[in-house]
Order: sequence, then C-alpha cells, then structure tokens
Amino acid sequence: MMDVSTSVWTKAFFGTAERMLRIEDMTAERIKAVSVDAYFGRTHAVRGVSLGIQTNRITAIIGPSGCGKSTFLRCLNRMHELVPGARMEGQVFLDGEDVYGRDVDPVMVRRRIGMVFQRPNPFPTMSIFDNVAAGLRLNGVRDRRLLDEAVEQSLRQAALWDEVKDVLGRPGTSISGGQQQRLCIARALAVKPEVLLMDEPASALDPASTLKIEELARTLRETLTVVLVTHNMQQAARASDSTAFMLNGELVEFGPTAEVFTRPRDRRTEDYITGRFG
Amino acid sequence: MIAAPSTAGTRRVTDRVMTWLTAAAVLIAMAPLASVLIYVTLQGASALNWDFFTQLPKPVGELGGGMANAISGSLTLILLASCLGLPVGILGGLYLAELGNGSLGWWIRFTADVLNGVPSIVVGVFVYTLVVVPMKRFSAIAGGAALGIMMAPLVMRTTEELVRLVPTSLREASLALGIPWWVTTLKVVLRTAAVGIVTGVMLAVARIGGETAPLLFTAFNNQYWQTRLDQPIASLTVQLYNYAIAPYDDWHRQAWAAALVLMSITLLLNIAARLVSRPRLMARRPR
Amino acid sequence: MAFRVVLTVFGLSVIVLVGWMMIQLLVTAMPAIQRFGAAFLWTSRWDPVHNVFGALTFAYGTVASSLLALILAVPVSLGVAIFLAEIAPVGVSTVLSFVIELLASIPSVILGLWGIFVMAPFLRNVVEPALQAVLGWLPLFSGPMYGIGLLAGGMILAIMLLPIVSSVSREVLRAVPLSQREAAYALGATRWEVIHRAVLPYARTGIIGAVILGLGRALGETLAVTMVIGNRPQITTSLFQPAYTIAAALANEFSEATTGIYISALIELAAVLFVISLIVNAIARWLVWRVGATPTAMSGA
Repeated sequence: MMDVSTSVWTKAFFGTAERMLRIEDMTAERIKAVSVDAYFGRTHAVRGVSLGIQTNRITAIIGPSGCGKSTFLRCLNRMHELVPGARMEGQVFLDGEDVYGRDVDPVMVRRRIGMVFQRPNPFPTMSIFDNVAAGLRLNGVRDRRLLDEAVEQSLRQAALWDEVKDVLGRPGTSISGGQQQRLCIARALAVKPEVLLMDEPASALDPASTLKIEELARTLRETLTVVLVTHNMQQAARASDSTAFMLNGELVEFGPTAEVFTRPRDRRTEDYITGRFG
Repeated sequence: MIAAPSTAGTRRVTDRVMTWLTAAAVLIAMAPLASVLIYVTLQGASALNWDFFTQLPKPVGELGGGMANAISGSLTLILLASCLGLPVGILGGLYLAELGNGSLGWWIRFTADVLNGVPSIVVGVFVYTLVVVPMKRFSAIAGGAALGIMMAPLVMRTTEELVRLVPTSLREASLALGIPWWVTTLKVVLRTAAVGIVTGVMLAVARIGGETAPLLFTAFNNQYWQTRLDQPIASLTVQLYNYAIAPYDDWHRQAWAAALVLMSITLLLNIAARLVSRPRLMARRPR
Repeated sequence: MAFRVVLTVFGLSVIVLVGWMMIQLLVTAMPAIQRFGAAFLWTSRWDPVHNVFGALTFAYGTVASSLLALILAVPVSLGVAIFLAEIAPVGVSTVLSFVIELLASIPSVILGLWGIFVMAPFLRNVVEPALQAVLGWLPLFSGPMYGIGLLAGGMILAIMLLPIVSSVSREVLRAVPLSQREAAYALGATRWEVIHRAVLPYARTGIIGAVILGLGRALGETLAVTMVIGNRPQITTSLFQPAYTIAAALANEFSEATTGIYISALIELAAVLFVISLIVNAIARWLVWRVGATPTAMSGA
C-alpha cells in the first residue's frame, strides 16, 4: 500500500477527478433500489441493498457464489416473489415509480424490465420466429407485418439475424447454445423493454459466444439500460461501466468500473478482486 | 402509473376466470367421490348389523341373513392369491432391483406393466380356460389364481422401488463382513425394505380384494360355507354384485351393507399404506 | 449362483405368464376364429341360439362408451391437473391429490352399486330430461329415458378415469422445467398465459399419453359399466339407449355359455379386448415416458 503522503496527494488529485466523474455520473438513474431486503423463508439473502442503475449504461454486479447478486437482480423485475416462501422489503423505483407499489401489476413491470437467464431457455415447441414473437403475441399484436418487422429488428439487435434469417421456421432449440442465448435476448428485446437484466448470460457458453454476448451488451446500451450479473471478474472489467460488489447479501462497494478494479475503497473488494477468496 | 396497453385488462380477467374454472374442475371431480362416500355410509350403516357378519345368505323371499361366508370366502381367496402373488412379486421385484439393469430387466419390467394393464375380465377368461375347464368346475383355486395373477405385477413394482431405495453402503457393509450375497439380499436388504414392501402388499390386497370380474367365472359363487378349495366359493364382491342387480329390496339393503364393509377396508388399507410410504419415496437410486 | 437363478426365474415368470396368456387365448379362440374369420369383427349379429357370433355391437358399445367417458373426463382432469400442479399451494395440492387418488381405489362394483341406485335415477329424472328438452332434436338425445344406458355407462367410466388421467397429467406438468416458466414470466405473462403458452405445449405429449392411459383403463372396465349400461346388444345413436361392451358381455354371458363354439366366440372377444388394451397401454406408456414423468408404482398408474 502507498505511504501516507502519496496517498494524500493521490486523494487530492483524484478527488477533483472524482468530483468531475461524479458530475458526469449524474446521468439519470433508470432504476433506483432503496434498502432492498430479500428473504427465502427465513434465509436473509439480500441485506439492505441500495443501488442506482444509470440509464444507457452497463452496470455489473459481481461477488462470490451465494452473495445474493442473482436474488437482488430478480427483485428488480419482481421475479423473486414467484418462488414459494420468498418475500422482499424495500423499494425499487423505475423512472421514479415504485414497482412494488400497491396498484402496480407485476406483469407490466416484467414487460418493461426484461430478463435473460443463465441457461438459454427458448420455447422448444415454438419456431425461432415464434420464440421472438412470443412476447408480442402475448400483448395482443396480431398483424403479421408488424410481427415480421419486430422479429427482424430484434434479431438484428441481438446480432443473430444473419445466422437465422433463412431458418426462422426451425424449432428454437435447433440452433447452437450461443445462438440460443442470443435468441433469448432477441425474445426479451422484442417487447421493447427499457431495462435488460442479464443473469450470468454467458456462463453456460463457450468463450467465443461469451465475447459475442459482451459485444452485444455494449451495443445494447445505446438503446437501453443493462444490468449484468457475473461471477467472471474479467468480464465485468471488460464489459461494464459501473460495478457493484456484493458479499453475503450486502452491497460492499459500487462505483465506476475502472475505479472499483484499480482503486477499490473497501478491503473486501480488494481481496475479492485480487483473488484472495471467491 | 406504469402504463398498460389496452389488452392488459382482458388478460387479467382471463387469468382470473381460468383460475376459477380449474378450481371448479376440482370441485366437479370431488362430487362423485363425496356422493359415493355419503350414500355408502348412510345406506350401509342402516343395513349393517351383527347378522351380516355371522349369518349365511337366506334363500330368495326370506328376509334377513348375512354374508358371513362371503367375507370368509374373500379372505380365503386373498390368501390363495398371495401364494402366487407374493413369491412372484417379491422375488421378481428383488430380481429387478438387484439384477435387472440390463435388457432382460427392461423386458420384465415392461411385461409387468403390460400385465398390470390387462383387463381383469380377460385374466378371468384365461384362468377359466386354464383351470376351470380341466377341473370341470368352478373353484376357489381358480379364483385365487386369477387374483394372484393380478397381484404379482403390483407387488413386483413396489418391491423393486423400495429395494432400490436401500442404500448401497448397507449392502457393501454386509458383504465386506464376508456375508454371502444371497444372505445379504434376504436378511439385510429385504429386511430394511420390509416396511415399504408390506405397504405395497397392503395396496395390492386392497386392489384385488375389490375385484369382481375375474371371480365371476373362476370362483363363481356359493351360498353356503365352503372349506374345500376345489369348489366354488363366495366372495364379498361377487355377492354384492349379485344382490345389487337382483330385484329384491332386502338384497339391495344387504348390498349396501357389503359395500360399506368393503369400502371401509379398502379405504383404510389405502390410506394407511400411502400415509406410511409417502415420505420415504424421496431419493431414488438411478435406474 | 443358485439364488441369482431363483430370482431370475421368478422375474422371468411374468414374461412366461403373459406369453402363456396370449397363446392360450388364441388357441381356445381358434374354433371361432376359424369359423367366422375376420368377419367376426364387423358382424353385428350375436345369436347364441343359431351359433352366429359377431363382435360389432360390443365393439361399438366399448368404443362409444370409452369415447364418451374421455369427452367428459379429459377437460375436467386437465383442469384438476393444472389447478393442482400450477395454482394451488403445495400443502393443498398434496392433500387434494391424495383425495382424488382415493377415488381411484374405490372398487368397481361399489361404483356400480352407486351408479344403479344414485346416478341412474339422477340421470333419468334430472339430466336426461334437461338434455332432451334443450337438445332433443339431435338423435343423440332422443328416445325414452331409462337412466340406465350408454350415457350412464360413459359417465361412470368418466368418473373412473378422472383420477388416473389427472394424476398422470399432474406429474407431466410438474416435470416441465422451471426455466420454461421463468422465460415466460420474464416476458411479462400472466400466470394463465405461462400455463397456456409455455407449460402446456411443452407437456403436450405427456398429457396425450395420460389420456390414452385413461382410454386403456376405460376399455377394460367391466363391473361398473355392466351394472349401468343396460346390457343390450344393439347399435344405437341415442345416448339414452342401453348398449353393451365387450367386457360386459364377457361378464354376463360366460357362465351361461353352453356350446363349444359359444365359449370359443366369447374367448375370441376376450382376445380382441386383450390385444386392443395391450396396444393402447403400450402407446400410452411410451408417450408418458418420453416426457420424463414416471408415475410411481404407488400411484396406481
């Protein structure tokens, strides 16, 4: 660790830079989680996490297995409550409105906050086209032309169009794992969500597909906000703008990715990043 | 307000409606069960008396009498059936669990399932041609054989499942002590699985105890006490059937009483067996 | 080693048994097979006096009553399976499933007794008049109403099928992976939409298997049917008329069969029933096995 004088100087210099960064960081927060606690029965999986997710940025959440990052993610789009015995406390604001408000329909929340899962889960009884169109059809879109356009647009956004445009009628499970995951991303994008939650989207895929997904995430952030949970630190460092580190259900540190990885403020963050545990 | 497209309301309503519809389906499904239970209990209880259990059936026209011979006949038939069903079932089940992982085992399992699905009346016809015709008469043995054929696959499947649940470590511990394989299987494995096997047998007994069709032309029926195994024998189910389709009110009354006795025993066996066995069927050894 | 041989012998005995059954039935039915040939299957005349036998009326009754049973039972069973697998909380679901399985354990003859004295009068006094009043112009609902008849047979079969179709369907639904449901929820689907669009299509094969399993059971049901179906060998378009099934015919006529050819014809009927139920059951189990839902031996499936 640096000696005191240099650290004071560093702090002074970087302090200004930090303040500048913080002004830049003051882009709107699409999602703001306030004091979120999540329980599975009596297990307290997420402890008082408050986090602001910035619009049109990629926010990564890292931490060792079991630290509660996936659970927290699922609290954002109200998927957590689907587990029997699960409950949560706290608030999650989407554009200033609490998604857990009394009159709020979880179905609508999940339309605006989409999710991609660890293992690709396309609907096997549906074709590639039907998979992507599934969300639209649920919302009552019947016009074939609209569906065609939307499916093509979503597949292009997911960087899958060129690979499947001639085989849209094939079953959703007939393509490779990496392609299936991009299909799931296209499916999620088709309903035009404002936020896309990605729960370790590349952990079941080969390295080539993993890189494709990371590139994809970077292009996606121009049009929407991405939250990426990953256990792969290099991926977080490569792909995200801000990083949150969670440990034992608590939010230990949150800040711009470059800072968290080069000058972590908390000792535990530093230990995790340097591989002393996890 | 998180804006909702206009279809959202209909979707919510559909969701509610379907939930209520499926709940209604459950109520519809329970209705006949409730009705049967209520009628059998009410009608049967009013007709049940001590005579039912002690007296023989009276000839047509005379009131009263009971079904004592039918009750003992059913018990006799179940005992006879067990002579066939238990050995084949338990030993066959042991085979499937211990040695049955190859293709022969697959065929045996498949055949046992097939046997399970054979209509009981066809089993009766088969035993008729096999036993009744050569013997030139209906007999308790024929009835027992028919019921035994139906019992075997039931006991086989439950025995196999339960023996598979016995942990390998138990077998290995016994074998490591130098105990021969057959002793291990019989004394250690079978004994551990014993409770479960017994409940499986209880279920099988409940099932064959309620069978009528295979007895109609094997054991036939008998209005008197019967101790010989090569003569027709009465059974609760066949007697019930005969009384139910007859035109006499008194016989109908007795039919309800028989139904109450039969149903009580069947339900008791089933409930007891399932209550005991349910928590055990958790981990399974891979097939 | 001797013990292994003993076990193997007992294991093989089921195969021997079923094989023997097939051969024995064929051999004893041979006189009738030779006499009537394939025409047996489509001759409707069943005349013990003149020794002319044809299976058509019984086949019709069997198929008609089973189909009617399926039409009545399948929607209700599906509803029950969906409710128990997807909607009800776990504790409620376990208890209710148990109760419905109890319905399966009621002996056929007791259901028949209830059918004669409770269900048939109900049909005669309430259901059939109502049907005739509203839909009497259809030949299905025409004619005198006895209560006993094809409709009663179909209904009692439906009651017997319900537990098996619903419990196997329930297992099939539970075997659908969680990830499929999550994918649908994450798109913003309501619970019914998740069931309807993600779970049911995935489980489709298995549910068809459950239905066919029920069909297999219906084809062989004897006692309850024979007590309420009227036992008249006729082909009729009206559901209110009595009819006859193969199993019921066997139950009633066997002990009265006198001549050799009569008995042989009855055995041929039994053989036909045997083969049909074998095929149906095999198809059903294959379908259910394919979806990965294996009913345990305890569930009676």
